[in-house]
Amino acid sequence: MSDTARGGMLEPHAWGGLSFQERMATAEFRIHHTPHIVVDGRVCADCSTRECVVACPAALFVPTAEGGIVFNHEQCFECGTCYLVCNREGAITWSYPEGGHGVVFRRT
Amino acid sequence: MTDVDVIVVGGGPAGSCAAITAARAGLDVVLIERGPFPGSKNMYGGVVYPRILDGLIPNWWEEAPVQRWVTRRSTMLLTPTQALTVDFRSQAWGAPPYNGATAYRPDWDHWLAGHAEAAGAQLITSTVVTGLLRAPSGAVTGVRTDRPDGDLTAKVVIACDGVNSFLAKEAGLYEHTDAKHFTLGVKETLALPKEVIDERFAVRDNHGVDIEILGGTGGVNGGGFLYTNLETLAIGVVLKLTKLGAQKARPEEIIAGLKRHPAIAPLVQDGELKEYSAHVIPEAGLTMMPKMIADGLLVAGDAAALCLAAGIWLEGVNFAMASGMYAGEAAAEAVRAGDLTAVGLAGYQRRLSDTFVLKDHRRLKRAPELVLSDRVQHLYPQMIANVAERMFRVDNPDPKPGLRRILAQERKRAGVRRRDLARDGWIGFRSFG
Ligand SMILES: Cc1cc2nc3c(=O)[nH]c(=O)nc-3n(C[C@H](O)[C@H](O)[C@H](O)COP(=O)(O)OP(=O)(O)OC[C@H]3O[C@@H](n4cnc5c(N)ncnc54)[C@H](O)[C@@H]3O)c2cc1C
Ligand code: SF4
Ligand code: SF4
Repeated sequence: MSDTARGGMLEPHAWGGLSFQERMATAEFRIHHTPHIVVDGRVCADCSTRECVVACPAALFVPTAEGGIVFNHEQCFECGTCYLVCNREGAITWSYPEGGHGVVFRRT
Repeated sequence: MTDVDVIVVGGGPAGSCAAITAARAGLDVVLIERGPFPGSKNMYGGVVYPRILDGLIPNWWEEAPVQRWVTRRSTMLLTPTQALTVDFRSQAWGAPPYNGATAYRPDWDHWLAGHAEAAGAQLITSTVVTGLLRAPSGAVTGVRTDRPDGDLTAKVVIACDGVNSFLAKEAGLYEHTDAKHFTLGVKETLALPKEVIDERFAVRDNHGVDIEILGGTGGVNGGGFLYTNLETLAIGVVLKLTKLGAQKARPEEIIAGLKRHPAIAPLVQDGELKEYSAHVIPEAGLTMMPKMIADGLLVAGDAAALCLAAGIWLEGVNFAMASGMYAGEAAAEAVRAGDLTAVGLAGYQRRLSDTFVLKDHRRLKRAPELVLSDRVQHLYPQMIANVAERMFRVDNPDPKPGLRRILAQERKRAGVRRRDLARDGWIGFRSFG
């Protein structure tokens, strides 16, 4: 996903020359094909706050031109921020990835 | 007959310590972790206070995976162009039994889980506990997992499944969860040569620095931190969830802003990003704590909101280790007595109440709210920094003004009401004093 697709607010200069993709590439994600978080775009369609877009530290919630939200689970920190800030019933179905998958912080 | 005596869910510091005490009491213990190894899912700022381990792992400092011993601790107050730092140093903290240590969580948690295994607990990784098994009475009798035929029964389940604790929620122990009780922590691990870190932070050998920062979070209520590991720095911010979304500032941009601050930039310059990470913190202490005991179930660590997050204190690992330890002991007591109800498990509550775990939380009950309040976040730092600036400024030919006059003028200029200042001061004094 390109940085502009992530909402156009992620200019590389903001963090010393590193693009957001490069930033996310520093963490390891063992991706499982089944999404552990599912976002129901129909509920998002008339959401005016859109707090998930700003708050998700992995910038996984991307507004579309049509006023919807596109979500990709692959580089998720499993932190819980999105379901906590979202106050729309049914917008986010949140669970953990299957055992052994998802984010892996490294040992030294 | 149950499959095992005790199931501990979560291989963080709470879970491993629960497994250690329960297994050492002779119980048959299983420790279940959803990541590929304990610690793989866990990040934090970076300082552990491990004295609670004295009784559990004698001379733990000889084997613990420590990066640096914290011998210098600073609290920094930032405005966009000013910085006021209180800096304390103690050589005593660089020798046994030490005070705080910087450490990486994947290392630390993996090490502690090793002690659980050595005590006889069986560690099962890459396995998610997906729910609780309940008797018709409602008593917890085991867990469901995402493995085929993955149900496992036990006399006691200890939920150490961290801040999102779906188990405590499923058991109905939380009345509600509210975004205003949580902060998001984001962190960058920056690589720098050891000599550069030693020089910039004025430390030698394996001594290190812990800097807590108020201000510098781009107008979002929260705080910052900067810690030294052996060959990396950990810099990050903790952000109030309800303010983050409303302010339209993204977390990594807020870290970038902190890194650009004139007081911080020279410390972190040229650090190469090794890892970007994020995690949520239960911030509200006593205000949000759930019930921690039900029939057949105990809840410990962040799952019970036992993290102490009160401004200049961000202690969670020690609270997790201690509460886990006590949960394991109480489970053993209940199994021995043959009473697995909440009454039989009440030894857990007693242990928490009698020790720092709940005593510190009671003392600092109002601190989290005070520290994250708009006045402490947005008005006081500017006021205090201005007072310091005028104290130290030489305005010749004007004579030096008296401190009392500066204080009065700066309070007015910052728009702080005397009444609010007195009230906040009193709460602060009652909490921290
Ligand atoms: C940015 C940040 C900075 C911090 N700084 C500090 C600091 O400097 N010092 C300090 O002492 N504390 C700090 N803390 C707090 C500290 O990290 C926590 O309080 C501590 O990790 C709590 O330990 P725990 O064992 O309760 O939970 P966790 O460490 O979260 O462990 C929970 C474990 O359970 C596993 N798990 C969860 N659900 C399941 C499931 N369903 N099935 C199987 N396994 C599961 C997880 O994978 C994880 O391993 C910080 C926190 C953050 C986010
Ligand atoms: S996920 Fe929630 S906060 Fe985000 S756009 Fe949808 S409804 Fe709004
Ligand atoms: S859990 Fe955290 S990282 Fe994952 S989508 Fe939600 S906010 Fe983003």
